[in-house]
Amino acid sequence: MLLELRGITKRFGALVANDHIDLVVQPGEIHSLLGENGAGKSTLMNVLYGLYDADEGEILLDGVVQNFSGPGDAMAAGIGMVHQHFMLVPVFTVAENVMLGHEQTRGGGRLDLEAARAQVKEISARFGFHVDPDAVVEDLPVGVQQRVEIIKALSRNADVLVFDEPTAVLTPQETDELMAIMRQLRDEGSAIVFITHKLREVREVADRITVIRHGKVVGEALPTASDAELASLMVGRSVELRVHKGSPQLRDNGLKVANLVVTNEVGTVVVDDISFEVRGGEVLVVAGVQGNGQTELTEALLGLEHNVSGSITLDGEELVGRSVRRILDEGVGFVPEDRTLDGLIGEFTIAENLMLDRSDGPPFVKAGALQLPFRDRFAKEKVAEFDVRTQGITTQVGRLSGGNQQKVVLARELSRDLRLFVAAQPTRGVDVGSIEFIHKRIVATRDAGVPVLVVSTELDEAVALADRIMVMYRGTVVGIVPADTPRDVLGLMMAGISPEDAKGEVA
Amino acid sequence: MSADHKTTQLDAPLSETTRTVTLVTWKTVGVLLVVTVLYALLLIAVPHSGDTRFLLSQRSDFFQIPVIVVPAAPFAWACGAVMLAVTAVAVVLTARGRRTPLWLVVIYSLAGLAGFLAWAGAGSPRDLSIVGLLGGAVLWSVPFVYGALGGVIGERSGVVNIAIEAQLLGAAFTAAIVSSITNSAFAGLFAAVFAGALVALVLGLFAITYHVNQVIVGVVLNVLVVGLTSFLYSQVLVPSAETLNSTTRFASIPIPVLSDIPVLGPVLFDQPLPIYLMFIAVPTVWYTLNRTRWGLRLRAVGEHPKAADTVGIDVVRTRYNAVLVAGAVAGLGGAFYTTVYLSQFGENMTGGAGYIALAAVIFGKWDPIRSAFAGLLFGFASNLQNVLSVVGSPVPSQFMLMVPYVVTLLAVAGLVGRSRPPAASGEPYIKG
Ligand SMILES: Nc1ncnc2c1ncn2[C@@H]1O[C@H](COP(=O)(O)OP(=O)(O)OP(=O)(O)O)[C@@H](O)[C@H]1O
Ligand SMILES: [Mg+2]
Repeated sequence: MLLELRGITKRFGALVANDHIDLVVQPGEIHSLLGENGAGKSTLMNVLYGLYDADEGEILLDGVVQNFSGPGDAMAAGIGMVHQHFMLVPVFTVAENVMLGHEQTRGGGRLDLEAARAQVKEISARFGFHVDPDAVVEDLPVGVQQRVEIIKALSRNADVLVFDEPTAVLTPQETDELMAIMRQLRDEGSAIVFITHKLREVREVADRITVIRHGKVVGEALPTASDAELASLMVGRSVELRVHKGSPQLRDNGLKVANLVVTNEVGTVVVDDISFEVRGGEVLVVAGVQGNGQTELTEALLGLEHNVSGSITLDGEELVGRSVRRILDEGVGFVPEDRTLDGLIGEFTIAENLMLDRSDGPPFVKAGALQLPFRDRFAKEKVAEFDVRTQGITTQVGRLSGGNQQKVVLARELSRDLRLFVAAQPTRGVDVGSIEFIHKRIVATRDAGVPVLVVSTELDEAVALADRIMVMYRGTVVGIVPADTPRDVLGLMMAGISPEDAKGEVA
Repeated sequence: MSADHKTTQLDAPLSETTRTVTLVTWKTVGVLLVVTVLYALLLIAVPHSGDTRFLLSQRSDFFQIPVIVVPAAPFAWACGAVMLAVTAVAVVLTARGRRTPLWLVVIYSLAGLAGFLAWAGAGSPRDLSIVGLLGGAVLWSVPFVYGALGGVIGERSGVVNIAIEAQLLGAAFTAAIVSSITNSAFAGLFAAVFAGALVALVLGLFAITYHVNQVIVGVVLNVLVVGLTSFLYSQVLVPSAETLNSTTRFASIPIPVLSDIPVLGPVLFDQPLPIYLMFIAVPTVWYTLNRTRWGLRLRAVGEHPKAADTVGIDVVRTRYNAVLVAGAVAGLGGAFYTTVYLSQFGENMTGGAGYIALAAVIFGKWDPIRSAFAGLLFGFASNLQNVLSVVGSPVPSQFMLMVPYVVTLLAVAGLVGRSRPPAASGEPYIKG
């Protein structure tokens, strides 16, 4: 189906999120949308999907003007969408989520769960996913949730498919699989819109590229363009795609983890007796496929896990058994894996979110009273320093674009006196310009002598940031290796093969 | 080795580690211990002597079971010993890292209840009727159960139904008038359903369409309906009580054979229609919520309305549907007061039953079946003091009123695990 957007304009108050955008997506084409955080990509797609009403402009399918009053109409017209922020009901099973909205029933109005299960299995098999139709979504790691979201979109046989940053939480292998799926769908004649911040993916899979900046189309590019060209078209300046960092100046202080065991609430041992050390002045990247205990490891460091044994010491002080408050007071900065769930309060303003973990004393609170002028000054400074794209510090965080939300979390956590910095997926969903910035800040934190622990499923990021890389598999540590270890070896380690064997196999 | 190896390995389910352990909490043990100690203290502080007479069958019954006479004090202490034994077993199990099975807790509860009854009825010349105890519990629980079902349906769709009280009372009032005028209990029941739905419609209008805080709307509705029915009662019903406020009630329908079963027969199978309807309503609501399209969409809207919206579900309409059905079901509970229990309407005759139903919703973790059992428990509690006052127990009735709730609270704290309301409960859905 041929999709045309003509002169789409969408305003949020004074902010023009989409400014007369024209876009044509041919059937049998993968059309990539590139743009900074907050450029207006998701807004445009939400207009297409009927979630927002456009202020101006029209949507045409095969030349016919459409009038969507809601997503139901868009879906009926053959448009499917994988949303940037998952649209899954957490307490439902995979099958229930997939069937929701187009349920089949049997006699007595009974839901045909069997049919839904079969459909999940069929799509999983067709595209090489491994998703259990009866798993409850909230128990699944984010990567798997993303696949559920994709299955949901595919189950409706849409002719126009929108993928809004589907790869932000996928591993490289999963991303490759997804790109194969997109090619397959394209070859079957679907029109596909693909939004991502990862230039490698764009070049690999896109047939055409449209770049959006500040709500306007600023140009088109061909997939043959270089990373640097694409990046500068997006950001409007040249971007350093490499992290520059000197050799680590190790200090004596640091984080020591010994025999750490974390058990989740149903009794599964998710972190299984691991020991390692991060010295002040170095970055240890925890690599591995999502769901192998990395999340629980970081949460245990912050005191968020309940069933923990073993020891975690920071500069010699034991952290296990302490409350989160007291661990934060020790100077632990923490960027959680899921910013919308754990990192921010969407209804609060940027200024409020920036002081969220510092509400128990000066300088933000004196004699029990919020110091509003100080808070606002602080917020303005941080918004400028971290380049958060927003109308002002009183904007609700939930209204920011994904990447800008991430910057708010980082701004908060990096603005304290730190003795340890823990970041899970710090650049998830962040544009290339901001990645450059965040990486620089992380390296600066390390150079200030702070031990830094970064969890990343992105191999590029792991290799770029790390002084050493620790690979986790099924709750255990496969090995800790230098950052210049070949990627093939790292890949095998992520499948649970010890570094020695992996080296042997690659050689 | 080739790259193939790598992908096949990585394709395997990712989130599993190999080891698992069983986690236990000492919460259950703690509650058992506390209750046992309280029980013993009660027996020591207020010793009762004499016999207690447990009556298991009614005079009219086909099968006659002789009255069981037990010496109160020794029996109560024996029950206490059983409770202590169960507690000890629970301690041992927990220390070994195992869970306390439910049947042990059930034995414990029955022993505690039997001992308590023996203690309370000690020395009375009258019989303590078990049928009266259980049958009354079922009867008293009717408004709680229907109210709780209404609460569950509303809240699972994301609308907190604080207005259960208003729905019960409005329905009782309407049923009284309609049943009196038409001389038909059925007409009264139908009218009650409409009255409940009407109150729900007002709730929906403010809560769903105008995004007014749902708790506030609910409370206001409760106060409003109390005032309105009291006013109409004194102005309209009292002057012409004969025509407008003397209802035709549902008669008991004994089910052949089943109603002859000792004890359970009269309790379950010799009841008026609205109670049989209740037995059917509970599983029906469960089935509808969990197994039908309507229920799936209703729950989706209550958990994550935006997600529901993105798959083309009309959130507003689904919520209106749910709230109206919830009001209608609660209305059935209201009909109980004037078409089953009494044959006239009395000022504020529901007396806070709606709030108890609300508590049952939460104790039942927003599940229709559990909530119904919670309602039954509250019905039992309400009935207990009636039965004991008939027996002429020396225990002050205020104390009797309190005990079951204390025990319930402890039971919920110790035995009911983490409970979580529907995620979007109370949240209006605003698009965009
Ligand atoms: N509901 C809303 N209310 C007000 N402003 C909004 C709303 N949704 C988005 N915006 C604003 O519109 C702009 C475009 O946001 P959008 O989410 O489309 O960006 P994006 O290109 O998808 O960015 P990212 O790559 O970070 O996801 C941002 O400045 C954002 O703050
Ligand atoms: Mg976006």
